[in-house]
Amino acid sequence: MIKRENMPIYMDYQATTPVDPRVVDKMMPYFSEIFGNAASRTHAYGWESEKAVETARKHIAELISADAKDIIFTSGATESNNLALKGAMDFYKDKGDHLITVATEHKCVIDTARYLKQQGKQLTVLPVDDAGRVNLEDLKNAITDKTVILSVMGVNNETGTMQDLKAIGKICKEHGVLFHTDAAQAFGKVELDVEDMGIDLMSISAHKIYGPKGIGALYVRRRKPRVRLTPLIHGGGQERGMRSGTLSTSLIVGFGEASRIAKEEMEPEANRLIELKKYMYNKLNEQLEEVYLNGSLEDGIPGNLNLSFAFIEGESLMMAIKGLAVSSGSACTSASLESSYVLKAMGKGDDLAHTSIRFGIGRFTTKEEIEIAVETVVREVNRLRDLSPLWEMFKEGIDLSKIQWNDEHGGH
Amino acid sequence: MAYSDKVIDHYENPRNVGTLDKDNENVGTGLVGAPACGDVMRLQIQVQDNKIVDAKFKTFGCGSAIASSSLATEMLKGKSLDEAKDIKNTQIVEELALPPVKIHCSVLAEEAIKSAIEDYKEKQGK
Repeated sequence: MIKRENMPIYMDYQATTPVDPRVVDKMMPYFSEIFGNAASRTHAYGWESEKAVETARKHIAELISADAKDIIFTSGATESNNLALKGAMDFYKDKGDHLITVATEHKCVIDTARYLKQQGKQLTVLPVDDAGRVNLEDLKNAITDKTVILSVMGVNNETGTMQDLKAIGKICKEHGVLFHTDAAQAFGKVELDVEDMGIDLMSISAHKIYGPKGIGALYVRRRKPRVRLTPLIHGGGQERGMRSGTLSTSLIVGFGEASRIAKEEMEPEANRLIELKKYMYNKLNEQLEEVYLNGSLEDGIPGNLNLSFAFIEGESLMMAIKGLAVSSGSACTSASLESSYVLKAMGKGDDLAHTSIRFGIGRFTTKEEIEIAVETVVREVNRLRDLSPLWEMFKEGIDLSKIQWNDEHGGH
Repeated sequence: MAYSDKVIDHYENPRNVGTLDKDNENVGTGLVGAPACGDVMRLQIQVQDNKIVDAKFKTFGCGSAIASSSLATEMLKGKSLDEAKDIKNTQIVEELALPPVKIHCSVLAEEAIKSAIEDYKEKQGK
């Protein structure tokens, strides 16, 4: 990562990551030199592009213990999620019309599910517990004989909470329901095994693992069961007919190389990130009171630290720590005034959901940057608490939940 | 979100932060908003001979909310109660160049002013 002067310290690795220079090096020849259309079967230009694509496909598949032929390239996880849900609900419309998902899913799953509901499908949205996990009994009870597909994300983008994919996959198998997981945040960071976890469809993305933006994939199981989908994009029949359009060889090569590196370096990188995360969490807790962890330090993915600083508002804290590029909740909602729907679904009070900051620690984060981040956060939290009437009341021993707040004018 | 320079100035150097003795009969306190909405403002005025001689605030909220209440305290100082009552949220919007999504911050500041004046008057009435 090329660090630039006058730019804040990058701590938003869940939103996106810089492309690893090693990945860029691999991609470079595939623009002007090796430019052939991977679908051109009649000459060497096509063949060499096809070979590069297939090598990348293999690296990606290996990261989830899948067969390379099961990987369908898309523009990213958003498209993959759309294809999985819309494609399955349409193809299996004779089998049923019911889909199940979870309240804390990414917007692109939630909104796709809502769209399907508008189209006349039946939708069940399951709640989560205070750690963000879906209850397996709830899940079992939600399945009917009309259920086509269940979509549960691997790792939550705000809190880093991991779902028990293996247990969920087992339930799906028992009930003959397709299991889709949005693994945009999990892929390349934690072990994923489509066989062991019983996953039928998995959405993944390159730019979350130090690959380029604009490329992702959907894993589509071909055996036991053979999963079929109605395509969203029709045309030349590329990608087993599920996603037409000329393949972007350079982006795919980058995706493949990013996956190869992720597999090779997963363990040491995870250990380093967990250590930095714990260090940051402990340092903040030593110096500040009333800091709440959203998610779990042990069960979450390595580089995600989501904290609520009670009695100060998240947006003003972000403004105060402008030397750190962080996000309040997910990148998609931090431009809106809503508090985090993910944290609310986890049963966090509105006040704490308004005060959350997600610190993303990644491949290029240094210990020095963490030290600066801690120092900045401690200083600004103290400054804003000095400004906060709620903090003063808390310090006076007033129970804020007992106050009759005048909030009928709506606010957010 | 891009803030105006004036919002940033008030946010980084808030004026009149603090607490007046709410039990003092010359002090009026307004506490408006709710934690669940993401904004709580407490605005206090100290009155002498019908004139606001001091104003203090503390705010839980976004940068615009902090700036709105900081500006409100500046506007209040030196004003008579009648003049203060006439302060409109639109003056705050204009002065701070608040974007549409932040207008509620100025509304809250106006409410805080009115609520503080009311509290003072109630105390005096007793």
